Formats: sequence, C-alpha cells, structure tokens
Amino acid sequence: MTRLLRAVPGLTLALMAVPVAAGLAATLGPALAPGALSALLAWPGLPRAVMLSLTTGLASTTLALAITLLILATLRGTRAFAALLRLLSPLLSVPHAAAALGLAFLIAPSGWIARALSPWATGWSQAPDLLILNDPAGLSLTLGLVAKEVPFLLLMALAAWPQIAAPSRLTLAQTLGYGQTAAFAFTVLPPLYRQLRLPVYAVLAYAMTSVEMGMILGPNLPPPLSVQVAGWMTEASLAQRGTAAAGAALQLVLVLAALALWRGAEIAARHGLTGMATAGLRLPGLDAPARLLALAGGAAVTAGLIAGLAGLALWSVAGLWRFPAALPESLSLATWARAAPTLGPITGNTLGLALGSAGLALILAIACLEAEHRFRLRPSAPALWLLWLPLIVPQITFLPGLHRLALELGAGGFAATLAGHLVFVLPYVFLSLAPAWRALDPRFATLAASLGASPGRSLWAIRLPLLLRPLLTAFAVGFAVSVGQYLATLLLSGGRIATLTTEAVSLSSGGNRRLIGVYALLQMALPALVFALALLGPALLYRNRRGMAA
Amino acid sequence: MTPGLSLQGVQIDRAGTPLVRIDTHVAPGEVLTIMGPSGSGKSTLLAALIGTLDPAFTLRGRILLDGRDVTALPTRDRRIGILFQDTLLFPHLSVAGNLAFALPRGLPGRAARIEAALAEAGLAGFGRRDPETLSGGERARVALLRTLLAEPKAILLDEPFSRLDADRRAQIRSFVFQTIRARSLPAVLVTHDAEDATAAEGNVISPDGRSF
Repeated sequence: MTRLLRAVPGLTLALMAVPVAAGLAATLGPALAPGALSALLAWPGLPRAVMLSLTTGLASTTLALAITLLILATLRGTRAFAALLRLLSPLLSVPHAAAALGLAFLIAPSGWIARALSPWATGWSQAPDLLILNDPAGLSLTLGLVAKEVPFLLLMALAAWPQIAAPSRLTLAQTLGYGQTAAFAFTVLPPLYRQLRLPVYAVLAYAMTSVEMGMILGPNLPPPLSVQVAGWMTEASLAQRGTAAAGAALQLVLVLAALALWRGAEIAARHGLTGMATAGLRLPGLDAPARLLALAGGAAVTAGLIAGLAGLALWSVAGLWRFPAALPESLSLATWARAAPTLGPITGNTLGLALGSAGLALILAIACLEAEHRFRLRPSAPALWLLWLPLIVPQITFLPGLHRLALELGAGGFAATLAGHLVFVLPYVFLSLAPAWRALDPRFATLAASLGASPGRSLWAIRLPLLLRPLLTAFAVGFAVSVGQYLATLLLSGGRIATLTTEAVSLSSGGNRRLIGVYALLQMALPALVFALALLGPALLYRNRRGMAA
Repeated sequence: MTPGLSLQGVQIDRAGTPLVRIDTHVAPGEVLTIMGPSGSGKSTLLAALIGTLDPAFTLRGRILLDGRDVTALPTRDRRIGILFQDTLLFPHLSVAGNLAFALPRGLPGRAARIEAALAEAGLAGFGRRDPETLSGGERARVALLRTLLAEPKAILLDEPFSRLDADRRAQIRSFVFQTIRARSLPAVLVTHDAEDATAAEGNVISPDGRSF
C-alpha cells in the first residue's frame, strides 16, 4: 500500500504525458506518407486558415492578458473589482461552447444588440444580411475568446496573488511616488507573470486551436486551420487522412512558433520594464486612462457573457419572437417538451463522463498530494510542465491518434472517452486543490500523529474534513471541464457518445435557436449546479463550526 | 529502566553546522526549559523529539523514554504529546470530538471519560460546543486535556502560553505545570520568555547545551 502510494505521483504524470505523446505520434505519423504534404499545400484555403489561427490566437491572448492585468493594476480593492469578481468567478464554469453560442446570439445580425438598435437607429425592420458573426477576419471569434479567457486569467492571477506579497510592494512603490499602474508594472508584474506564464501559454495554444469556438464564431470559407483539420479528421472516408495529419503537424508548428514569438515578447517586455523602472519613470498620468480601459474591458466581458447567457435562456422558452422585437411575444416550454426525450440520455452521458472523470481525478490528486506529504516530496518544475502539457499541446494534434490507438487496443466507447476526459480534467483538479492542500497547517498532521493516529486516520478524520471545501470545489472544477469537452468527446467516442456539448455545437450550424438555447442552457446549468452544491454542502455540514467558515 | 525522558548525546547539525547539543535527563514531573532566540534551534529540537525532523538535518545520539529508545520511531508510536503555541483544536469537530480523537481506540465508556475529564478541568457541559466559541483560556485547557487523554509518557510545550493575554497567562501556566507534576510526566518547554522559565522551576538550558 505504501509502495503503491509512493508511485502514484509518477504514475499520474505518466497518465497525462503518455497519451499526449502517443497520440501526437499516431496523429502526425500519416503526415509523412507520400502526397500528404502536397495535398495540404494544394488546399486553396491554407494561407488564410494559417493566418486566422495566428491572428485570432495572438490577438485574443494579448487582449485577454491586457484586460486582466489592467483590472488587477487599477481596480483591485475597489467596489467595482469586488463586483466584477463576484460576476466573473461563476462564469468560469461556463463551457466554451455555451459562452460562444451566447455571444453569437448577442452579436448576430438578428441578435439582441441589433434588436436594441432597430429600427430607431439602424432603420432595419428585418435582420440585415451582414456577416457580423463568422466574419472573415475572425473578429467575433477573437472577441469570444477574450470574453472566455479573461475570467480564467483573472482567477489564476488571484490564486498566485498571496505568494508575491503584492500589497506591500505596491504600497512601497507608491510611497516612492510611482503611479498605481507603474507601481504594478514594475514591482508586482514580474513575480506575478512568472506564476501566470503556464496559464497564458495554455490560453494562447487553446485560442489558436479551439475547434468549437472556431465552428461557432469563426469564419467559414476558409475556417481557422484547426476547424478544417477536425473536419478532415472526422470525415468518414480515409482519403483525407494524410492531409489531416499534415494539417495537424502544421498546426503544432504554428503553436510552437507562436509560443516562441510570445517568449521573445516576454523577454523584450521584461527589458523594457526594467529600463523604465531604473529610469525612475513614475507615470502617474497613466492611471486615469488605465482605469478607464480596465473598467471598459471588464464591463464589456462581463456584460457580453451575461447577456449572451440570458439570451440563450430566453430563446429556449421563446414562443414567437420577431425581429426587431427586444423580447419574445410569448413564452412556452414547447421546445423543452419536444427535446425532453432526447435530452434524458444525452444528459446521462454528460453526467456519467463528468462525474466519472472528476471523481477519478480527485482521487488521483488526493493520492499525489498525500504521497507528497508522507514522503516529503517537493513538486519539481518539470512535473509542473508535464501537468500543463495536455493543456498546452493542441488537442487536434493528439486526440485523433489517441482514438486510433484506443481502437487498436480494443478500448473504444465510453471507457476511452472517460480516459480522454481525465487527461484534461486532472490538471485542473490538481491545480485547484494543491494550493489549499499545501497551505493546510502541517502541525495538524503532527498533532494527530502525536495523539497516536495512523497516517490513514490523520488523513480521513482530520485533513480531508478540514479540506472539504477545496476538495468539493476541485471536484466541481473538474466536472465543469469535463462537461465542456467537445473534441475529446467527439473524437474518442468516434462520434458515438452524444453529450450536451457535442449536441450544442453540432446544432450551432443549423439555426434552430430555441433548441440551441435548450442544449446550451443545460450545458451551463449542470456545472453551475455542482458548484452551488460544492458551496452549500460544507456550509450546511459546518453550520455550527465557526472555524470552518470560508 | 530509568523513568523519564533521556537525551543521550543528542546532536543536530544542518549541512555540517552544529545547531543543537544536548545531553540531559528529565525526570517524571520535571520541566526542562529550552531558552533561546528564534533561529537558535529550539523548534528543530522539538521536531527531533517528536519525530518530524526535516531530512535536511542530521540527528545523532539517542532519545530514550522510560528506558525505551524512541529515536527511530514514527511520531504516532512515540507516545510523546505536544502543545503548540496555537491550540490547534480541530475546527471541524466539537470539543468532545476533539477529545474523542485523542482517546485510545477501544476504550469502553468513551463519552463518560470525556465528560469526566471536562468536569475535572472546570469545563463541565462544554462537550457539544464549537471550539471557536471558547475563550482563549478555555481553549488552552481543552488542548491540554486532548494531549493528556492520549496517555502520553512525556509532553512537549512549544511556547504554549505566548498567545494568551497577560492575566490568563499565569493562571493557565500554573494549571499546565500542576497537571504535569500531578501526572508525573517529564516535560520539555521551549520558550523565549524568562517568566515561563522561572514558573517551570526546572533546569534552563539553551539549544547548544549551555545552562542559564
């Protein structure tokens, strides 16, 4: 038992690294077949698809990081910040597809924004024939990615915040006459960014290669490279296999190039900041415009996400809703009633995958952290990189091969899909749980042992109950991540397991807004419900224990 | 066998730098005080006694408890209790739950034993209370009871009075020392407060073995 526990951290890392590596090899292998590369190069959409991947990825990551840092630099400690945080934290659990569909409803030519301005400002009495959504330059895709990544980066930054003694650094710099923004940039940003680097890389890689966001918000002819590759990969005929593999290889090269470019920009920015700091630039004039930008960015992201999700909810119960009316003429549950028979099994699949993968991930994360505790292991930098590996390597470059390997091993269907989910769920569960676990006063364990408790009893009777809240939160995070998986579900199940996410995305091209609303709403309601239970459970259980209050 | 806690040629080094040098015997009911500024190795010595020494340190010598060599035993088999600076009552358990956790497994009449212990310490009826609702002095007494219910053969005191306000401090301190003497337990007190050392009435030494 002890030897097993000792081996868990290594096994867990292998559980994530091996599928990624094997999947990469199996996906990219066919690219070496004769004709594969020339077939890819012969595709006329290639130059635009490559550009789209680069521009939407780099632009959305830069914007999301800028908004996050501006908010932290200028709004922290204000009431606006508290309000923003209260609104954005729950939005983190909204799956990418639901957020994208909500935004699509908002900005489409027949969406809420156009309705609000029509006909009095625009003169439109019918939805105009404009390509706002799916615009060829990928602007709506970029905006959608920004809206989804700002909450993630903001919460990752706040998780790192206590480790960098930010308040005293900021106060010190301000007593030396530095403006708020300059104080943040010169004294807090360098240590903060060190903690934020891996999350930012994951955001960049995701933004360049997201298939479901690209399908819903991105251009169509040609689509971003990842969407096209996914299309080739899922084609029934094997004719495009070489082309798809070559496309995936190109996608990987693009992501690595963009990461290298980003790394270069990091170094340049650090030199620039050091130069400005040693030149003694106080820059107090920067504060007012920076605050304005932060407020505008934060408000736009929050309002966009919330209005989009509200739109989804409303469409799911809308009766007749003509353009340009801002609200439907009647409400009805007809769409829900019609969808109910298929919703049941699909929700069942979603729940099964999410409960299974989040539960397994939580057990593995606990075992890893307990091994770290008992054997005094120190988390290493390479281990942290391995943990982030599945979040940085583009899904489209390893999932197709993983599916083929699973089929050859005779493991298809639900088990393979669940294992695939686990690869993405585990890093988030671990990253969510580890800070709280490591922050628990080590004297509790010493005390329990000095009272004669075995390591197991100390774990079950003292430390796990003390950590109940972060344990349940980590589970809810994993649950939300699993519910949101599109490509992993589609590819690993061979398209045979339908979840709320795969259905919502496949409906998105159809245009039945009421049905899309039903699926997207349920897709976002499930994680929200689990998060609510994760908060409510400990609050009820420990209602008479003031020391356990959050 | 010699009753009490013996530190035979105990030496703790960190990367070759000597930190702790102690060779002494603490008789049952006696309190040995280790005094010194922070960083002088007091907590390192406590960690060695309780069995949680960081591997960065090397420990030589033997720790004997009632003649039994406990130097290599895991914490839970040493039967050495500890009181920390913070009472560290488990916040998710009631007062009685905290005490029940300490009570050895398989003892009959657990609830009655706990109630009796509480009554003896002037805390009758406190069993169902949330530890967080207790006063500082009450919490200190529950922490001591918890340590004692595990039936330790020795007790370590890691600045347990430094968080108490001045008027409670003397009262709790004499309660703890009286209890230790009444139970004939050898005790090691770590402190940087001279008053604590005086009240303990035993030998006072620094971590490197010099007497005060």
